[in-house]
Amino acid sequence: MRYLPLTSGDRSAMLAAVGASSIDDLFVDVPAEARLDGPIPGLPNQASELAVERHMAALARQNRAAGDGPFFLGAGAYRHHVPSSVDHLIQRGEFLTAYTPYQPEIAQGTLQMLFEFQSQVARLLGTDVANASMYDGSTACWEAIVMARRITKRGKALLSTGLHPHYRSVARTMAKYTGDVLVDGDPRLEAGTDWAALAQAIDKETSCVVVQYPDILGRIDDMTALASACQSAGALLIAVVTEPVALGAIKAPGEMGADIVVGEGQSLGVGLQFGGPYVGLFACKAKYVRQMPGRLCGETVDANGKRGFVLTLSTREQHIRREKATSNICTNSGLCALAFSIHMTLLGEAGLRQLAAINHGRAKLAAAELAKVPGVSVMNRSFFNEFTLLLPTAARPVVHKLAEKGVLGGVSLGRLYPDNDGLANGLVVAVTETVTEDDIAAFAAALKEVLA
Amino acid sequence: MTALNRAGWRPEMTAGGADDTVTFTGNRALMLEEPLIFEIGSSETTGVDFDEETPVADLGNLARSTPIGLPGLSESETVRHYTRLSRQNYAIDLGLFPLGSCTMKHNPRLNEKVARMPGFADAHPLQPQETVQGAYAVIHELAEWLVTLTGMHSVAMSPKAGAHGELCGILCIKAALEARGEDRRVLLVPESAHGTNPATAAFAGFSVEDIPATAEGRVDLAALKARLGPDVAGVMVTNPNTCGLFERDMKAISDAVHAAGGYVYCDGANFNAIVGRVRPGDLGVDAMHINLHKTFSTPHGGGGPGSGPVVLSEALAPFAPLPFVAKQADGGFRLIEEENAGEDHPETFGRMTAFHGQMGMFTRALTYILSHGADGLKQVAEDAVLNANYILRNLEDVLDAPFGFSGPCMHEALFSDKGLAEGFSTLDVAKGLIDEGYHPMTVYFPLVVHGAMLVEPTETESKAVLDQFIGALRSIALRAKNGDPALKTAPHFAPRARLDETKAARNPVLAWSEPAAAPGVPVASEVGGG
Repeated sequence: MRYLPLTSGDRSAMLAAVGASSIDDLFVDVPAEARLDGPIPGLPNQASELAVERHMAALARQNRAAGDGPFFLGAGAYRHHVPSSVDHLIQRGEFLTAYTPYQPEIAQGTLQMLFEFQSQVARLLGTDVANASMYDGSTACWEAIVMARRITKRGKALLSTGLHPHYRSVARTMAKYTGDVLVDGDPRLEAGTDWAALAQAIDKETSCVVVQYPDILGRIDDMTALASACQSAGALLIAVVTEPVALGAIKAPGEMGADIVVGEGQSLGVGLQFGGPYVGLFACKAKYVRQMPGRLCGETVDANGKRGFVLTLSTREQHIRREKATSNICTNSGLCALAFSIHMTLLGEAGLRQLAAINHGRAKLAAAELAKVPGVSVMNRSFFNEFTLLLPTAARPVVHKLAEKGVLGGVSLGRLYPDNDGLANGLVVAVTETVTEDDIAAFAAALKEVLA
Repeated sequence: MTALNRAGWRPEMTAGGADDTVTFTGNRALMLEEPLIFEIGSSETTGVDFDEETPVADLGNLARSTPIGLPGLSESETVRHYTRLSRQNYAIDLGLFPLGSCTMKHNPRLNEKVARMPGFADAHPLQPQETVQGAYAVIHELAEWLVTLTGMHSVAMSPKAGAHGELCGILCIKAALEARGEDRRVLLVPESAHGTNPATAAFAGFSVEDIPATAEGRVDLAALKARLGPDVAGVMVTNPNTCGLFERDMKAISDAVHAAGGYVYCDGANFNAIVGRVRPGDLGVDAMHINLHKTFSTPHGGGGPGSGPVVLSEALAPFAPLPFVAKQADGGFRLIEEENAGEDHPETFGRMTAFHGQMGMFTRALTYILSHGADGLKQVAEDAVLNANYILRNLEDVLDAPFGFSGPCMHEALFSDKGLAEGFSTLDVAKGLIDEGYHPMTVYFPLVVHGAMLVEPTETESKAVLDQFIGALRSIALRAKNGDPALKTAPHFAPRARLDETKAARNPVLAWSEPAAAPGVPVASEVGGG
């Protein structure tokens, strides 16, 4: 077996050295009923690199890759161009095959990168501090709700209907078992957000209001008034960002008064990856830092006075606090955070702004072209790079017919809200810099045919 | 950056260059210092070119009006920045990384190649199902392997890491109890458990009670039995446990817990010791997470991403989370999610994460498993256990092995700080190992042993590597016993000496901010080149 360096001679010598007559002697504590005589039956034996690659490549070919043709899916995962150097750098063995930097003297590479990542994320989201990452946006969102409960000592969270339905599902699952009360619902097909109504609904039990920006239907809105309403009622405003590229063009949630900002960082550096691994962003005002979940990297000095970085404030964490920890999270998403950070460094402020502007411009072009298809209209009053089309018929079968024509034409609201017939005609369309004018024309033509 | 003076000397350098450890740049040959991106980048610089002019945005009052403060670097500077940073890290690719309970084994590069195939890496989680049958096939094939290797009934694939998998298993238990109409609120967890176990139990709303251990480092079966009752939802047991021992009474523990109406959660962090050789299903386990980044060698990546599928018994399978992949009669695959769960999976506890789990880890883990096969995986467990015993028996005369008498260890060897000279600690041993060119073992865990040192070599290390490591650790152990003062200030040869963690926590600096220029001190940009 090519990954196992011990020779049979080594094994014999080592068994003798430990005083065992055979390997079975070392498994003597396994109860008799659980001992197996040989390899587990019904499974194939080892295979060459060539054979395994052939098998996996055959499976990969059964998928339609996003890059194979016109592609307009978003709804929480966005396809952006990732510069070649990102993937090269994250495959440096010193990053790829290291672990959580428990020994800072020989992990300054990872630690400095995390410090830079935290700084980039905090600036992008408009907050004071950010942590070293979470699993993904959906789990970060639930952690933010729990954090708001800890801070406010109240247990009712108001979720905007514009929150991604999967994020809402995750929160509902957890709330069932923790006793948190969630007030939520499906969005309505209207041009504006539900934020004004949310501000009205805040009461003395409300721990937080959770809004998504841009929301699941692509709408963007100013959250300043909602932030003030939260503040005067003693509740926290949690903003969820699933498309961080948007923040190159529109105001950051922290800038508008959000207390906690969480997000999905997949757009930068990570890629689609069929849903994971992704990278959860988690940021907040400085006064709440001791209630944050997850790893935090901080600056310090070494015994010689040289600047260095360490994991810090770990008395919040499970390995120290056990059942009193702020979260059970341990491993986060370090390598994806690295990919995010490298991509952000390559872009810089100028590049991010240009990328965001191109996305917005391309989306406006697509919206205008698609609105020309008979029976189709754009629902949004405002959007960044994603908007909702209203079709004259249910969108879900349309998506499949478009796929038959080689166009992956967005995510139907029927897929996201299968039980809500009122949303069935909605189609969420994302348009990034990877979409060409030809792609838009092909989409419009295919949609016209399918709807005819 | 260190301030420069016009003579081209750093203040601490002596004119005659007598102190050869100080250089103008702060670099020392291949050991290169690297500033922060905020100190070398600028908001105008970018390493990405676009094909078109920036269109005018019409975003009204939501348009960004203030600078974000994000530095950019050209591609050449970016590659150099991260390459320099990478060289300040220790990694498996450089040498033995015997972090106990973390299973730092070699990461095969075929796995990386496969994960990057466009059909996997460039597929969207919400694509029409007919366009991603290959992705579903990977999830299903890996699921079948995990179920067969563990002898369990089924597996939940979506948990994102080990602790998330624990949460999945515990929520299955909670849902099963609710379905039975029982309100059991206590989970029993041994003191030697990973911190994630009690944290997970609390996160899911359970209260946690300790299970005592025997003198030989295993669960005290009699004490456990005495505590079982109608308020106990179950136990969370790590097997092999964090003392590196197989829980000999595991089947009896399971039987007792089941007889008292509870469920058995097994922390599978240490599955590498038994993969292909022992099936947890044969020991009465109801739920166990598998860290794909440990046993199945998906890269640890400097702290994730992990992946934590949870294998389940028949009793807990009905409560598994959404979504999951089901194979149909025609050989195709479909997703079971909220809309069809009512028909196919009505008792599910719900969704734990937005999409399908860690697909990029599934492709790597399946590639790893297919490479090894059933025979290779069995060899993995045997070599991992043999390597750990080899370390235990070659060091127990110089380092205290508190459970050395309890029989063979499994995949990791546990030592304590007993017998080190007054004033010398486990930390000193760890830092000494750094100077010898190793990553230290896990230290101060498990908590049941004073000054614990938990050494997990894994199966991908050769005998020659182990022999050298044993020699180095013996040497350090003797230095610590004899009170060598140089050990107290180790490491001496790492990119940094010991870091001040107290300062970091007392006055947290968690993000970069522009330093206020001190009066009279020239900043680098004001200094001429010569």
